[in-house]
Amino acid sequence: MTADADTATTDATTVTAPASTTPAAASPAARIRPKTGRDDKIMAAFIAVIGLYLIVSLALPLYAVLSKSVSAFYFDLGNFEFQVDRGAGWSAPVTARQLNDELRALSPEELRTSGDGRLAVTVFFPDFNFRAPTRYRIRQVQPEAAFLAGTRRVADTDWHTFDSNQFRRVVLRASKSTGLDNYRAYFSTPALFRSLKNSLTIAVISTVLTVALAFGFAYALTRSAMRFKGLFRIIAMAPILVPSLLPGIALVYLFGNQGMLKSFLLGESIYGPIGIVIGSVFFTFPHAMIIITTALSLSDARLYEAAVSLRASRWKTFWTVTIPGARYGLVSAAFVVFNLVITDFGLPKVIGGQYNMLAVDIYKQVIGQQNFEMGAVVSVVLLIPALLAFTIDRVVQKKQVAQLSSRSVPYAPQPHRRFDALCLLYCVLVTVFIAGLIGVCQYAALIKFWPYDLSLSFNNYNFDVMDGGGWDSWKNSIRLALYTAAAGTAVIFCGAYMVEKTQRFVATRAAFQFLAMLPMAIPGMVLGLAYIFFFNNPANPLHGLYGSMAILVICTVTHFYTVSHLTAVTALKQMDREFESVAASLKQPFHKVFSRVTVPVCLPSVLDISIYLFVNAMTTVSGVIFLYSPDTALASIAVLNMDDAGDIAPAAAMGMMIFYSNIGARLIHLLLTRKVMRNTQAWRTRRGEAVR
Amino acid sequence: MNSAPPRAPFLRIDRLRKVFGDFTALNEVSLAIDEGEFICFLGPSGCGKTTLLRAVAGLDIQTAGRVWQAGRDISALPPAERDFGIVFQSYALFPNLTVARNIAFGLENQKLKRADIERRVTELLALVNLSGQEGKYPAQLSGGEQQRVALTRALATSPGLLLLDEPLSALDARVRAHLRVEMKALQRRLGVTTIMVTHDQEEALTMADRIVVMNHGVIEQVGTPTEIYRRPDTLFVAEFVGAMNRIAGVGASDGRVTVGEVTLDTQAHAAAAGAPVVAAIRPEDVLPHAGAEGGGESSGGGGDSAGGDAADGDAASAAAKGNNRLQARVDYLEFLGSFWRVSLTCAALGGVALTADLSSNAMRRMRIEAGARVDLELPAERVLVFPRGRGA
Ligand SMILES: Nc1ncnc2c1ncn2[C@@H]1O[C@H](COP(=O)(O)OP(=O)(O)O)[C@@H](O)[C@H]1O
Ligand SMILES: [Mg+2]
Repeated sequence: MTADADTATTDATTVTAPASTTPAAASPAARIRPKTGRDDKIMAAFIAVIGLYLIVSLALPLYAVLSKSVSAFYFDLGNFEFQVDRGAGWSAPVTARQLNDELRALSPEELRTSGDGRLAVTVFFPDFNFRAPTRYRIRQVQPEAAFLAGTRRVADTDWHTFDSNQFRRVVLRASKSTGLDNYRAYFSTPALFRSLKNSLTIAVISTVLTVALAFGFAYALTRSAMRFKGLFRIIAMAPILVPSLLPGIALVYLFGNQGMLKSFLLGESIYGPIGIVIGSVFFTFPHAMIIITTALSLSDARLYEAAVSLRASRWKTFWTVTIPGARYGLVSAAFVVFNLVITDFGLPKVIGGQYNMLAVDIYKQVIGQQNFEMGAVVSVVLLIPALLAFTIDRVVQKKQVAQLSSRSVPYAPQPHRRFDALCLLYCVLVTVFIAGLIGVCQYAALIKFWPYDLSLSFNNYNFDVMDGGGWDSWKNSIRLALYTAAAGTAVIFCGAYMVEKTQRFVATRAAFQFLAMLPMAIPGMVLGLAYIFFFNNPANPLHGLYGSMAILVICTVTHFYTVSHLTAVTALKQMDREFESVAASLKQPFHKVFSRVTVPVCLPSVLDISIYLFVNAMTTVSGVIFLYSPDTALASIAVLNMDDAGDIAPAAAMGMMIFYSNIGARLIHLLLTRKVMRNTQAWRTRRGEAVR
Repeated sequence: MNSAPPRAPFLRIDRLRKVFGDFTALNEVSLAIDEGEFICFLGPSGCGKTTLLRAVAGLDIQTAGRVWQAGRDISALPPAERDFGIVFQSYALFPNLTVARNIAFGLENQKLKRADIERRVTELLALVNLSGQEGKYPAQLSGGEQQRVALTRALATSPGLLLLDEPLSALDARVRAHLRVEMKALQRRLGVTTIMVTHDQEEALTMADRIVVMNHGVIEQVGTPTEIYRRPDTLFVAEFVGAMNRIAGVGASDGRVTVGEVTLDTQAHAAAAGAPVVAAIRPEDVLPHAGAEGGGESSGGGGDSAGGDAADGDAASAAAKGNNRLQARVDYLEFLGSFWRVSLTCAALGGVALTADLSSNAMRRMRIEAGARVDLELPAERVLVFPRGRGA
């Protein structure tokens, strides 16, 4: 941030003499330092606050992951010396390393450990017996690692003497080193390394399938004159409203060990790659469909007219006009889907079986093995493809925007019986797949005890008798979604306004813009783990947030920051750039324009942002899995936990609760938007012909 | 000091520089404007007009140089601490506020009573003939009406300085011509010092008290419309404002110019002998002489009506000198309604192409048609001379 209020006049002597023929020659050449006005100060403060928010909720936690991933812990044997007195006086000092080299007690592998690693010293003394009258002495060469004698921590370099009964309770603590040891360990552990291959394989296969299926769907929607387009579109959007693990549950009911259609798999198991791919296609389908539909509807009808006039065949037109026109959309959709699949946690957790994926590995390392360092390493490994996909997507989207700005005539499809019937059939198949999986979940939720008692009941909704948090978790989810929608919309819209409308603080704004784009590239698991490292550090003054609802809100807002930010920026770009200048010339503060003009005009986009945040807060698992506490259990996590505990039917029931809550929220959003549009119709519609 | 101006200028711009990266958008621009003046910044697109206006407003503060307004150094002040109203090309009307609320926007928080604000709004709307439109939204108004609302909003707080950035360029030609007159009348009535940016020379010539012609970030000339039109300081100004014939030549003695086989008398006092120069004359100043009939007639074409401080010499007497009389061939004719534009080739000037604007009357009288030969006169007092090289 720049200039300061009172240094505006660089040369006070020349100020008073406008009429004198030559003001002092030096003064005009001097650089003018603009005086900071009141608006500038308020804006600077706002940018600082929201920038600080992004730094605290994003940059610092990510830094914590990175630094955790390069801190390795190992037992530094050279640092400990022993002396033994077997009744004949103290032997010469010998280091633990020398002892270990002689004994080969511990392999280098076994010397690597985590931050909490402990090593009993008795392993270096094969003849150790706690009843023997032997005495032992131990000291550290450097006062770094420390050892524990019982519960007492010794960090000095003095000799400490123990009898054998005490000596059996002496343990060495790990030393910390900074370096790539963890990464070396990761890549030399086949079980871990394989997950990277698995994740990439699944992501690529799912991407190809989803993009192909979504392209066909989008093609039918934009290029045919078939009926029921609106209905198809609505059904295809449904997966956005459920957690990504819900299709997993449906697939278990369909193809699991007691599945209705198990024989369809010809002996293959649904638990593994097949299940993950089918579920991934389900939950990423709407994302791909929106992007490709947009790309296809942008293409220029004039090109098709030209193709017709050149008597090009339908097939040739498809390859020379349609595909090139939609290529940016296709590429963008591919990378978005890739990113969603590779970072997803819920689905592989539910249906992955023994097939390990990166996101699940993070969970296993952290929750199962308490190995936070390795969790951090897997996070960084997962971050790389995610960042790459994100970057390529951004570049491609920029190109598409450029294409968009050229004027084109929208394509109006002509009826064509055979083609339309084919399209209709295709869309029916796709929507049956989507609606079918959701329907299966609903059915499963209402059945008493699959597959033995198929009578219907609401027993499975009796969440309070299950593990997972009960109905409270649903209420918590609603609260989280409401808070996220409210706080997130406010923060994100204000942040976007500052970036878009201030002219000064160029470098700060660029940094802010970068931070605002970053969350899209950060997998939820990584963000959640980052929050553990950052907020669960007792030295952090924000430590108190850990385990509260607030940290869930912060995590969710940050996780879904980018798309909301872009929505806000797009809306703000449509506002006249000079509104703030006009206000300044009329000596009105910028926030008057903001509240009286900017927000009311952008209200539809503001509502879009809040519904987006609401729905995602309801369905997210990966971001919050590490952060909830017993008081803040969430519905989406309850689905996961109940499924884990074998209560699959209640898990399906809870999943459907999320679905219906989201439908409710969307309906409210629809009504609100309608109302806003009706109230503002007077100034949004252009002048009628009669006026004037 | 020697002869100081009778009173301090209202606005004074002193050696202003504005740099974007390594591009200099304004270079050492100095200007003084008196109270109540209507000034136009005129120049081609990208020459820095808007940049200069925004520096005066404080919206994009200059890199170096100072600005004084009403005796106050405002060089570094943010816009809110200056005293101006502004109308942008887009008008920047608040779309969700009615006409009345748009105009009242600057009157709020000024310790004015509600009723006073409303009275002021009504009064202002009457001033610009928009009475009764209070309740409409900007989208429900025509372009011309929107422009007037924007102007009214800028004037509502009675600023000392009115800044207009291409305020008419978004309108169609008829509305523009009408608003030109209205705006000028309003400015006279209110007496508010006004700076208008435009790239339209006609707008500048008809509205401004003084025109500031800019090019490439520097001021080429400052002067009244007639000065700019009749006595351009540079070839750029001569060609940017109005049409101009260019005849490349070489300076001769006594301010004369040698072109091909002829030596032209000019109004210049001294063109360096032997230096490459351009002689320039406006199409409406080219006089035809139909052989025996002698007394030619100047056309009513372009800006002649703006009136002459240059000697409105009697063509016949000037012709007596004989130096500037030439023969030319008519190539083709273009009918432009109130006059004809005649394209000629003049062999004596080394095959130089000239255009002349002639009245229908003169055309008829002298039977000028394609392929005809005509006697031309280039009246010496209308032949301008500029050094060749820069922009020539
Ligand atoms: N914010 C900016 N950054 C970089 N260059 C600019 C900026 N604003 C204007 N310019 C450049 O300065 C020159 C003058 O611009 P401007 O004053 O808008 O011209 P005009 O005379 O058409 O109003 C142009 O070449 C323009 O590209
Ligand atoms: Mg401009």
